[in-house]
Amino acid sequence: MRILLVDDSSTMRRIQKNQLTALGLKDIIEAEDGKQAQEKLKAGMPVDVVLLDWNMPEMDGMAFLKIVRADATYNDVKIIMCTSESEKAKVLECLKAGANDYMVKPFTPESLQKKLGI
Amino acid sequence: MDVAYVNPFIQSTINTFKTMIDLDVKPGKPALSREGEHTYDVSGIIGLSGKAQGSIALSFPKSMALKIVSKMLEQQVKVIGPELTDGIGELTNIVAGSAKAELSPIVKDTLSISLPNVVVGKNHSVTRPSGLPGIVVPFSSSIGDFAVEIALKTG
Repeated sequence: MRILLVDDSSTMRRIQKNQLTALGLKDIIEAEDGKQAQEKLKAGMPVDVVLLDWNMPEMDGMAFLKIVRADATYNDVKIIMCTSESEKAKVLECLKAGANDYMVKPFTPESLQKKLGI
Repeated sequence: MDVAYVNPFIQSTINTFKTMIDLDVKPGKPALSREGEHTYDVSGIIGLSGKAQGSIALSFPKSMALKIVSKMLEQQVKVIGPELTDGIGELTNIVAGSAKAELSPIVKDTLSISLPNVVVGKNHSVTRPSGLPGIVVPFSSSIGDFAVEIALKTG
């Protein structure tokens, strides 16, 4: 499984990378915001799952999500929003925009494993 | 400031520290914040806007901030630098984001939070605009004591 981690916090990327590595996943690429993530996808980097933060400078998670979901090339890419915001309205907004799932920070390695279905 | 606005921050602080670094933190008695009374070395500050407006600050002594970020990264962080400021900023973001979910039904509106800022400086204090009431909640833990300062006005 190839993972694209998108978060402006290097700490959060490190935490998630440590959790993914502990789950046996090694194929991980990182992006600091939606714009950088979009560039990595456009460059043809193969990705199965995107772990996507919401609040980021440059291009936030919602903007990235809408761009990706408007492009059929990425129909098979699973997008999981990972954010500290847990209001029902926010969750629904993401799912409506095409996110496959939603995780509220902070999350445990066990809940990440469950969301990834591994 | 209504205590109903403080409790979500206390609970989210307890939950965030437990989940992120497996640390039990114990809240002390909330008190009115007086300017310059408490000083710290590292503070993470985030703004809230909507029907409740203001900010939340998590403030730490340097040694504790270094221990927290070391635990978050699972590697020793010994000096104040980008790793420390990013880690404290993210911690503040998560505490504020979690509390926001509890606050939104109280103020009957979806609140927004800003991106976090981190202030570093020996013995600094966190001030707020005049007229904005502030409550400071002291916390204790096995790796040190810190404070959460909430300054919010509603309506």
